[in-house]
Amino acid sequence: MGELKKTTLYELHKKLGAKMVEFSGWEMPVQYTGIIEEHKAVRSAAGLFDVSHMGEILVKGPGALALIQKLITNDAAKLTVGQALYSPMCYSSGGIVDDLLVYRLGDDEYWLVVNASNKDKDFGWIKDHQEGKVTVEDISDKTGQIALQGPRSQEILSQITDINLGEIKYFRFVWAETAGVKTLVSRTGYTGEDGFELYMNAEGAPKVWQALLEAGKDYGLVPVGLGARDTLRFEARLPLYGHELNEEYTPLEAGLGSFVALSKAEDFIGKEALSKQKAEGITRKLVGFEMLDRGIPRAGYRIEKNNISIGEVTSGSFAPSLGKNLGLGYVKSAEAVLDNEITVIIRDKGLRARIIKTPFYKREVK
Amino acid sequence: MYPSHLKYTREHEWISIEGDKAVIGITDYAQKALGDVVFVELPELERRVEAGEAFGVVESVKAVSDINAPCSGIITAVNEALLDSPELINQDPYGDGWIIEMEISELSEDLLSAEEYEDLIAREAE
Repeated sequence: MGELKKTTLYELHKKLGAKMVEFSGWEMPVQYTGIIEEHKAVRSAAGLFDVSHMGEILVKGPGALALIQKLITNDAAKLTVGQALYSPMCYSSGGIVDDLLVYRLGDDEYWLVVNASNKDKDFGWIKDHQEGKVTVEDISDKTGQIALQGPRSQEILSQITDINLGEIKYFRFVWAETAGVKTLVSRTGYTGEDGFELYMNAEGAPKVWQALLEAGKDYGLVPVGLGARDTLRFEARLPLYGHELNEEYTPLEAGLGSFVALSKAEDFIGKEALSKQKAEGITRKLVGFEMLDRGIPRAGYRIEKNNISIGEVTSGSFAPSLGKNLGLGYVKSAEAVLDNEITVIIRDKGLRARIIKTPFYKREVK
Repeated sequence: MYPSHLKYTREHEWISIEGDKAVIGITDYAQKALGDVVFVELPELERRVEAGEAFGVVESVKAVSDINAPCSGIITAVNEALLDSPELINQDPYGDGWIIEMEISELSEDLLSAEEYEDLIAREAE
């Protein structure tokens, strides 16, 4: 166990009384006051997250787009400068290397934002496939990232930035001065709420963080740890690598078919396997379910139907916004039917659950 | 800081002993370490448990944790309020957040005084 990495906001977290935990080699805040309270604040007002541990990889040069198109399943050719997209990145088997965001910063300049836990693996994978006139640089350690999420995000951020945030549509971004720091302001997030993800030089992050906390004081803004980040993404059915996604599952099985552009002009890694799988039909599928009996499903628990194993839970939790115990998991396609009653094995006992529609939580769009 | 009339286990349970009756719960340190408690699994009445045996489960948003008996004996009452209000364990771990009552047949040989327990968690925090 080596020395854990600390983000430039570490001291501020300590001051705010955060409970710190190890996460992917980083020492990160898991909660400040409590997961449920923080979760509800994001749903009703706004929350501030340190996500500086995420990886950023800069891909630059005339061959940048060609390399990205080869690596990801989605179609980055349709991106304009100032636009971002979400995509899985696959092995030739169709299994998932990672899921990421692609930002088009300039004509031949892109940012890939990847999971902290996969950053080194991803960087190696990208370097392995690098060809033509393109440079690939890991800029994670010098980049800070702060997420501001929740219905009041725009009101809060507009106080400390010089741009008209109303003009930034979902999955678009602009460069702006935020609290005097040069910031990439992106209308994206991982909570199911409206909000922004802000990228800046790592040393500028504390200034932005403090200015936002100050600006959000009267709006109910609170700092939020990784604990509530997980429950928020879970309610919104946003997948998490290592749970819903890994090298065994394909994007089609994970319900991410709309991010697999089989018809894009370029060939991409995994295309053959995914085309074949699409033609033959998937044998298992990610579903959401609610517990009917008392119990909380957790990752790794077995799912059965009539005493026969049909799959396993990938994420499960008490869902704070809904007050129910819910789960996500893979089941055989034939069983992936709405209202189907399934059994989750919790501590050697079979407990009843029912497949329900996802996302579990959807915000009302005004 | 930790009520001196209680005894404690190394697994962070407390036991309040009155004659041959015991009330058992988890300590303030344990509830803080768990975070928001969202589920409690209680044992059946009349069940016989051995000292050190896991008789129930407490789950927070992020963690699943066994609750172990500080004594051997028979379970005579369970706190059913926890089924609908598990957060009582966070709010009042030594009062409304009690978990079970037992008729004691034998105490664990490894119970700690409040002072010894405080030493233990001070060491854990290092």
